[in-house]
Amino acid sequence: MNDRKITVAVRVGSAMTALCAAGAILLAGTAGRADEPEAGVPKLRRLTEAQYRATIADIFGPDIKISGRFEPDLRVGGLLAAGTSAVSLTPSGAEQYEQIARGIAEQVVDKAHRDRLVGCQPGPADPSGAACAESFFHKVGLRLYRRPLTPDEARLAVAQTLASARTLSDFHAGVAVMLTAMLSDLPFLFQVDRVVADPARRSDQTLDAWSRASKLSYFLWNSTPDEELLNAARDGSLMTQEGLSQQVSRLMASPRFETGVTAFFDDFLQLEGMMSLSKDSLIYPAFRSSAGPAAREQTLRTIVTLLARENGDYRDLFTTRRVAMNRQLSPLYRMPYAPRDWSMVTLPDNDPRVGLLTQISFLTLHSHEGRSSPTLRGKALREVLMCEHIPTPPANVNFTIVQDTSNPNLRTTRERLKAHLDDEECASCHKLTDPMGLTLDSFDGAGQFRASENGVPIDTSGSLDNVRFSDAAGLGKALRDSPQVTQCLTQSAWRYAVGRQLVASEEPVTAALHNRFAQSGFRIRALFRQIATDPHFFAATSRAPARTVAARPSARKSS
Amino acid sequence: MTNMNRRGFLLRGAFAGATVGVGLPFLDYFLDDNGTAFAAEYGGGRLPVRFGTWFWGCGMIPDRWNPKKQGAGYDLPPELAPIAPVQDKVTILSGFSVSLDGKSNQPHISGNIGLRTGTPVDSWQQIVAPTLDTAIADTVGSGSFFRSLDLSADGNARTSFSYRSGTEMNPSVASPMELYQRVFGVDFHDPNAAEFKPDPRVMARRSVLSAVTDQRRSMMGKLGAADKARVDSYFTAIREVETKLALQLEKPPRAEACVVPQQPADMVPSTDVTERQKAHKLMADLLAMALACNQTKVFNMVFSTATADLRTAGSSTAYHQATHEELVDRTKGYQPTVDAFSTQSMQGWADFVASMAAVKEGDGTLLDNMLVMAHSEVSYAKNHDVNGIPVMLAGRAGGKVKSGIHVASQGDAISRVGLTMQQLMGVPLDGWGTGSMRTNRPVSEILV
Repeated sequence: MNDRKITVAVRVGSAMTALCAAGAILLAGTAGRADEPEAGVPKLRRLTEAQYRATIADIFGPDIKISGRFEPDLRVGGLLAAGTSAVSLTPSGAEQYEQIARGIAEQVVDKAHRDRLVGCQPGPADPSGAACAESFFHKVGLRLYRRPLTPDEARLAVAQTLASARTLSDFHAGVAVMLTAMLSDLPFLFQVDRVVADPARRSDQTLDAWSRASKLSYFLWNSTPDEELLNAARDGSLMTQEGLSQQVSRLMASPRFETGVTAFFDDFLQLEGMMSLSKDSLIYPAFRSSAGPAAREQTLRTIVTLLARENGDYRDLFTTRRVAMNRQLSPLYRMPYAPRDWSMVTLPDNDPRVGLLTQISFLTLHSHEGRSSPTLRGKALREVLMCEHIPTPPANVNFTIVQDTSNPNLRTTRERLKAHLDDEECASCHKLTDPMGLTLDSFDGAGQFRASENGVPIDTSGSLDNVRFSDAAGLGKALRDSPQVTQCLTQSAWRYAVGRQLVASEEPVTAALHNRFAQSGFRIRALFRQIATDPHFFAATSRAPARTVAARPSARKSS
Repeated sequence: MTNMNRRGFLLRGAFAGATVGVGLPFLDYFLDDNGTAFAAEYGGGRLPVRFGTWFWGCGMIPDRWNPKKQGAGYDLPPELAPIAPVQDKVTILSGFSVSLDGKSNQPHISGNIGLRTGTPVDSWQQIVAPTLDTAIADTVGSGSFFRSLDLSADGNARTSFSYRSGTEMNPSVASPMELYQRVFGVDFHDPNAAEFKPDPRVMARRSVLSAVTDQRRSMMGKLGAADKARVDSYFTAIREVETKLALQLEKPPRAEACVVPQQPADMVPSTDVTERQKAHKLMADLLAMALACNQTKVFNMVFSTATADLRTAGSSTAYHQATHEELVDRTKGYQPTVDAFSTQSMQGWADFVASMAAVKEGDGTLLDNMLVMAHSEVSYAKNHDVNGIPVMLAGRAGGKVKSGIHVASQGDAISRVGLTMQQLMGVPLDGWGTGSMRTNRPVSEILV
């Protein structure tokens, strides 16, 4: 089972039109690489942009505008979450964060917000405002640092607020300056894991209660801990398995758990790419620029409804005919009507669209601007949904025959791609990607259904390893039945939760998680709960010497 | 200076409503009768030499790009034709190569990393040495408001080839509007403004940031090596913010060529090549003023991504795909679509050089006080060839380099170019690169 697990960092910087190379790249054994945790476990994870935004909204309210450019997150091994333990800040990133912080702080103290957010005015007996500053920063500091301020931190906050207030002759301006600095501070921008002796096993170390609260909250809600979770950290109950279990149940019972599930699938399926997706408007006039964000939301709403709200089987995502729809998207699905707002619809039995892979998000994200790409689609399927690594093509690849679109004898993409399979060097990879991608070629680069290409009916037969099928529904079923698909999901959820690559010593952890996931009937709720209550999730260091699991050669049994 | 107020008044009057472009004749107004001007000083010292890189993706077709003739007055093959108006300002370095030392050639990555770090590796995340622009920025960049300005005309902040390490990419400013706001927004102080009053808010921000950071530094516990490095980067980055705030409290030295530009109109990022040329030209003009106004001394400008993202509206085949897929036209002997995109990329470069040369500075132009290295990540993209990666230089580095010559190498390590750039900019190096890319031989042909 484990031999099917592959962890490899891939920086997908370009859309490759074809992939052919023999063998795979082994990444293990090179120390100090960005995509490999060193011995021990990183203690710092930078908040993602989504986490930052949610955190500010939770602490100060959703009407506080956050404007400015965030330092880009880094995708490691397919996940932005795994990049959070690799990135730091660049000078221009820090400058941007400071500016964003300034914008937030100025709103917090402005006349519209100060009564609610600062909550006190320096009284006549406290002309310099020390008491007010102290109460504000104690309250806000707990939420921002996700732990109480130390006495030194509190003293500094008050002293600096008052000093700035004097310079600026304005108490609230002083508060804003101190708040700006706090929002640029390391324990706010980074989740910091602090280590204590494990109360269960004194010889071992574990994360302290505040760090646990952060990990739980960012995993399950993609945001900062709420008051109740912080209370459970303060009273020590989060350090017991029972208290932990209680809080996990509470967090998962909240509607905010759906936000957490959404954030995971958004990252796992790399859907943020939909926000900047562009299609050639002359070739695909129906695909407006707003279609990309809508298609992203469609996929996420579908997943959350089926998996989080209805507690369905993860595998059914690949075969379901139910999909979230709104009026903007229904024409692209050639549906006569959909309600203005989002609702779940069931596509008719004879509809060519079945499951996640036939949604516009997947089809358009893994295509070119002006045409479809069976290879890109097949590659995404292998890499994203099956956690395989497809090597980049060799440098001297010859595409000429393959893509001679003017050749009268090679009118469809299938006919042209076939030429790859006659070339041994290319075949090893294209055998992995193309048989699945070609099954999806009845959908063009904008995700629209088409029965023919250049007047020739599109042959949608294909295969996944040894399973053959004739259309997208068959591909969906093959994926549904593939254990590699659920193993990949398990491993990805673990890497997402811990925010880094898998280390070799954790293979038994993810294997056990997968067993339980299977026992639950592949319910995402069960998997998330299992991860959130697993002692390994709070381990301070990995027990075995860490090394990254090497990529297994992609040449598979079928090739 | 008495005419400063008048100058400011005239400029704002004349440029109200206009975009960025600054006509030369108008700038001549600020020169003295001899054309050498009061501009030949910078805060009482010599004009600074600025360094930048300019990147375009997917290389060129060697037979259609490499000049045959060496030295001055080199010939302009068809793909280089757009640079004709600025040929005397552009030096061509052909035939320099990345040697992979047995490593695999990772398409569109190996060549770029090899050229920029002197050590080719398989992916950006494996970078073992900083890119050369960061070494130069560390040497000359301090004291400027931006240690470096990283720019990309494609609308994507992730399009950057400036790295300190595999996890430290310097993100790009990705549109003309964003560039304007970053450089000439609320924090900008016109170096030629008569009045300067330090802003107490900046004073307070700096003082508090510094106090909080000092406390934080003393509180950091024990960390593993990787986390320690990340924390160090964090503190370095915050320190840079403090330095910037400190700079805002000082009156900036006069910058005679500095004319505060008008805010450009917002543009939707596009892969369409003509739209890209427009966005890039706007950014080039803004960058020229950012340099003239002493906001930075180092920059990286990306015209198109590696695996060039350029396309023509209505065509199902974009530039990158075409490099792989387009048939070589039997009568012409080359790939016509690829040739056209390559030529359009060179138009982008010619526009860039012209923007820098349009700003009078001292007794020459801004470009004379610059050293710009333009390059791609491959030579012939069809083969992902890392031999003979095209490099062009513009600017005279304050008189230290020649302009307008062609130096043809027979496959020398391209790290010779990187070494030369760094040495010219004062990085104390006697050799650079690793393995067979290690060199201590600068490209002396370009030196004055």
